[in-house]
Amino acid sequence: MVTEASRQPLAATRRLRPSFTAVAGTALVLLMLVWLGINFYKTPSDFVQIFLIGFTLGALYALIALGYTLVYGILELINFAHGDVFMLGSMMAVTVVGTTLFDLHQGRVWYVLWPLVIVALLICMAFCGLLNVTVELIAYRRLRSFILQNVGLAWKGPNYVQTASVLPKGNVFSTHGVTYTWEKLIVLIVTVPVLLVLVWLVQRTRQGKAMRATAQDTDAAAMMGINVNRTISFTFLIAGALAGAAGLLYALYAGSVRFDQGFQLGLIAFTAAVFGGIGNLPGAVLGALLIGLIQAFNEGLSWHAPGSDWTQSIVFALLILILVFRPEGLLGERTPEGG
Amino acid sequence: MARARADIDTAALQNRSLRMGIGAVLLLLAVAAEHGFGSLDLSTFYFLAVMAIIYVPPWESVPVVGRFARAGIAVIIAFTYPFFWDKLFTVPVFGAFPSVSTGVVMLVFIMMAVGLNIVVGYAGLLDLGYVAFYAIGAYVAAWFASVQFPHANVHFGAVGVGQNVPGFHISIWLLLIAAGFLTAGVGVIIGLPTLRLRGDYLAIVTLGFGEILPQIARNSDNFFGTGFNLTNGPNGITPIDSPGFFGVNYLTGSGAFWTSERLFYWTGLFLLLFTIFCSVRLRDSRLGRAWIAIREDETAAAAMGVPLMRTKTWAYASGAFFGGIAGAYYASFKSATFPGDFFFNISVFILCMVILGGMGNIWGVIFGGAFLAYLDQEGLADSGSWINSHFSEVGFNVLVGVLFVGGVVATLVYARDMYWRAGLAAVSGLLALLFFVVTPIPLPIDVPKYEFGIFGVILLVVMLFRPEGLIPSTRRAAEFHEGVADEPLYDVQHEGA
Repeated sequence: MVTEASRQPLAATRRLRPSFTAVAGTALVLLMLVWLGINFYKTPSDFVQIFLIGFTLGALYALIALGYTLVYGILELINFAHGDVFMLGSMMAVTVVGTTLFDLHQGRVWYVLWPLVIVALLICMAFCGLLNVTVELIAYRRLRSFILQNVGLAWKGPNYVQTASVLPKGNVFSTHGVTYTWEKLIVLIVTVPVLLVLVWLVQRTRQGKAMRATAQDTDAAAMMGINVNRTISFTFLIAGALAGAAGLLYALYAGSVRFDQGFQLGLIAFTAAVFGGIGNLPGAVLGALLIGLIQAFNEGLSWHAPGSDWTQSIVFALLILILVFRPEGLLGERTPEGG
Repeated sequence: MARARADIDTAALQNRSLRMGIGAVLLLLAVAAEHGFGSLDLSTFYFLAVMAIIYVPPWESVPVVGRFARAGIAVIIAFTYPFFWDKLFTVPVFGAFPSVSTGVVMLVFIMMAVGLNIVVGYAGLLDLGYVAFYAIGAYVAAWFASVQFPHANVHFGAVGVGQNVPGFHISIWLLLIAAGFLTAGVGVIIGLPTLRLRGDYLAIVTLGFGEILPQIARNSDNFFGTGFNLTNGPNGITPIDSPGFFGVNYLTGSGAFWTSERLFYWTGLFLLLFTIFCSVRLRDSRLGRAWIAIREDETAAAAMGVPLMRTKTWAYASGAFFGGIAGAYYASFKSATFPGDFFFNISVFILCMVILGGMGNIWGVIFGGAFLAYLDQEGLADSGSWINSHFSEVGFNVLVGVLFVGGVVATLVYARDMYWRAGLAAVSGLLALLFFVVTPIPLPIDVPKYEFGIFGVILLVVMLFRPEGLIPSTRRAAEFHEGVADEPLYDVQHEGA
């Protein structure tokens, strides 16, 4: 106790320097909380509904953000093509879901439908995983995302493509004016197991161990007999697979896809990754959930919300603020690859 | 440089003559193959003769005038271009030479590329939001030379605008200068908090600014809910006054000689020459040497006493200055400004020019800018119609497929020490080939639609085989090949050292 007490003034003086940033940041957060509180008071059912939308959206972003963070963690490189890999994944999803196999079973019983959805998920994940590895192999450089974007353009044309609706119609639940549809629930149904598998993969398997080692120190990992190149490819494979899962979910959730969606969503997901602390896996999920909530609240709430015109500006402003004032993100640099 | 002036490097002379000869034969054969030997008119030979005069003689060993000879001839050709462009021969695939109005657009984009080159090429700061400066310049011209603010009635030096027309009508010449300085100021404001960041992070922050500013422009027909119409939203601001002097309005021109296009072209050329002059002088100044030192090794530069923040901010401000002037001039030329003109694509487009030509080398950047801007304006459409008239659908898809497989084979060679990954590339290449067979690209093909895909492929090839750009500066090339740069803009992640 004595030492604690004697440390107190020291800690106080130390805290003086970054106080402006801290105070401004806290004020901003408090202001936002007050704004949210007033909105909750005015329209409680809307608020809960929007919260659920935001959470779902956040889970979707988390899948994409994890791809950025995984690759950054291991290579310290921002994979600018990731958003477009995701876009191609959603195009693949539209193609797969639009095939006759799915058409026949539309609205069928659950034990036919869900395995089909899982098959579609696996196809998309495999497609995007291999695509991402190929991208990494052919050119690990920026700006080539435009090639992928054009592939998407050539594939599905410049307009929005509707997804065939395969999910059960109607709501999962609807109480007190709060509704939750299958399109949203499936995002959570898929995301949670995928994240669990990812954690298991990174934490428990040999390959995951190799990934963590490579992320910590490439040279040392190579000296310990880890095949660094294969590990890097494996990381890209996982990142691509996550993007593929996100692609399918997005196609089902949003109901339509377009060739230029990848860039926008990719940037939002990248912001999420930076927000949580790039290279940090739980951070990416946390950041993505927060960004999803911010976006949903901004677009959905009725009392003094800037509206969807400004979503992008808000997200980017947030990105700039974080990069300038807290480049290590919310969860900081615990270990390069988190876990 | 230490070599005696009069000493002629015969080996280099022979080398250049040989290359010029091969180039001339190839061009003549291509023209003849396109239209038959009867089509080889005099202009083809004039063109080759001028190229040879610029390229072959050992100008660098001529005393006094030698330094300026090549640039001088090029400038003379550029100034007289409006008189002879329509009499030139037809280039195979690409068609006719660019028209004068295309030339104006090319000049504006070259100017922006030269401006961006200061930031990216000299100081090595990757800027993905250069379009923001272009947008600010354009909106300065739009605000102060149009009827956007009808309550004001301020006239100052504008040509061809009646005294009763509402809004601000300031002379475009003044606005060019104002746009330059305002944009430089914004560059400093953006730069001060962000330039502490390095590499990727800086790129992302600039990208963020480049995305936010157009959105503000798009949403500011109701400026932050105040009801004030700042930018007229997605409808943009149009028309914008044209420049003019001595009572000659650029919009209408004066007589058969001073046509509107020529006036804009010559003024644009003058602005570009000014930009190039400033850029060259800046590069050789104390500040420019500090930029290059920072590019090569930031830590070492700081240790040698280069003030990092101030130097970087100057680079940002100088680059922004020319971006602003170019934006204002372009807005005045097009007589319109739309928020849709300022997307991320444009930033990348300008960055492509810098990278393709050769970062840091002004002649390379000019070439890259001219080539890509030409492709964007005319080249892609022309080559598209050439493809449509020369290929059957099957033939074209086979060609694309063969090119694709060729690319995969090149990658196999490139990645020969990584067998399993190369195998993966082969498999995906074959899958992609199958893709072309199953869903062939339909003809007629709309080539400009795939513009950025084509740019992407061009860049990819350049980055793989000549990462320093087509016409690099010697110093920059050395950095790429010796691995001096500790943070190369384009990481060759390939078999960790």
